Amino acid sequence: MTTIQTKEMNVEQQATESKVPTINRHEFTIFFDVQNGNPNGDPDMGNMPRIDPETGHGIVTDVCLKRKVRNYVEITREQGEGHRIYVTEGAVLNEQHRKAYRSIREEDVSKLKELKPKDRAEATQLTHWMCDNFYDVRAFGAVMTTKVNCGQVRGPIQFTFARSIDPIFSQETTITRQAVTQEGAEKDREMGRKHIVPYALYRMDGYVSGHLAEKTHFGPEDLELLWESLVNMFEHDRSASRGQMALRKLIVFEHASKLGNAPAHRLFERIETKKIVDTPARSYHDYEISLDDRDLPEGVTMIER
Amino acid sequence: MAYGIRLHVWGDRACFTRPEMKAERVSYDVMTPSAARGILEAIHWKPAIRWVVDRIHVLNEISFDSVRRNEVESKISASNIKSVMNGKDAVLNLASSEERQQRMTVMLRDVAYVIEAHFEMTSSAGETDNPEKHYSIFSRRARGGQFYHQPYFGCREFPVNFEWLEPDAPLPESSYRHVTERDLQWMLWDMEYGEEISPKFFRAVMREGVIDVPNLLQKEVHT
Repeated sequence: MTTIQTKEMNVEQQATESKVPTINRHEFTIFFDVQNGNPNGDPDMGNMPRIDPETGHGIVTDVCLKRKVRNYVEITREQGEGHRIYVTEGAVLNEQHRKAYRSIREEDVSKLKELKPKDRAEATQLTHWMCDNFYDVRAFGAVMTTKVNCGQVRGPIQFTFARSIDPIFSQETTITRQAVTQEGAEKDREMGRKHIVPYALYRMDGYVSGHLAEKTHFGPEDLELLWESLVNMFEHDRSASRGQMALRKLIVFEHASKLGNAPAHRLFERIETKKIVDTPARSYHDYEISLDDRDLPEGVTMIER
Repeated sequence: MAYGIRLHVWGDRACFTRPEMKAERVSYDVMTPSAARGILEAIHWKPAIRWVVDRIHVLNEISFDSVRRNEVESKISASNIKSVMNGKDAVLNLASSEERQQRMTVMLRDVAYVIEAHFEMTSSAGETDNPEKHYSIFSRRARGGQFYHQPYFGCREFPVNFEWLEPDAPLPESSYRHVTERDLQWMLWDMEYGEEISPKFFRAVMREGVIDVPNLLQKEVHT
């Protein structure tokens, strides 16, 4: 009889020496809105705002929001110690990086020599090193090209698709430019198109696993930085296409243990939204968000940030 | 089959990627046994036990949705990390704008299942491991909504809501309860983790909303 064993979990569940204080399980919900902008274009639909075709609700993908968290950390921490970002958007200042890596290297070299050249041990070493240096690897995880299974890091942070509270209305606006791209064209201006959502309020639910945080050394400070970046992620992401986007609310459910103290869906159900005008919503004030913090399950704290 | 469990799971979206359509992910029609096992393991697992999925109840109509996202095309290079750790010159970043792939995901929407499963003790079981202990840990966690990490339907952006079904609780109704038989063709059963990791497949047939999952570990068929 053959045995099935999940190697990946086996490695993950082996306790790693923890350098940072640990965190408990968290769930969080964010509300953000957009005014006259396109929060997330759909490459399949000529960059129109993403829409759930069945219900007409707007969608912003998980990866779109993760990108903004990465960008925020990159801008504000300037690739400092332990806060490098692996998946960057643009060019990289290699020289500066290398210096930083070298400074960390000293102790690692001595460690490396003790290592047996066994594949798995080495892969674990590599992933730990990546976790300790790169915020996005520590938070969201990453896949490395090793043949061993633990070349994969599962990060504690789990984002989901954000969805608009109401069906969205996407408007196509035609714009003109008083210049042409190519020389010698017979026309003297060109026309373009912009897709905008006049207004929409979106909600995204997310998860932070205490156990996976321990594995990737994602500590309380990292968590604080996550909240900070969620709150500020749109402040550094202004562009012609985005219009006005803002984070309106961040609600965190903190559990008193790593395993958690209540089912996540029951906690999320405590947050409700209601449109309070009869006309199409055009501002945040057209919605009412209610948080039910009565009789919270024991061990769960609800924090509004 | 003592210590069987039933877990009601549901969510907005799911993607149980077909191995033959991985570049542009296309989901199977229903949850695979291996994804079901992953959900159970997210709640409780130890090397001492091995989850075996017995039956999958499909509760909701099968319907699809698609999304195309910008993804990156490469993985982190382990050899590059090694060189940098050794003080050599290598690029340790991935420029997402340069290594971009637009990939489609055809996923399921509004899914709900009941997983019927049991666990077997493995050779790694120690003296303190017994079925009662693991059963009570699992049921306690499932009742209280606790987990090791948030379970998901195939991909991590599709979280699973779950609820423990007491042994005498009635099963939620399936929209396929009047469909005598629906052949779902060959599906991934699970990965076999031996020297080499290899996939195993089974012929999935849904009868009145229920898929009986064979235990391919005991019978060496369909490899």
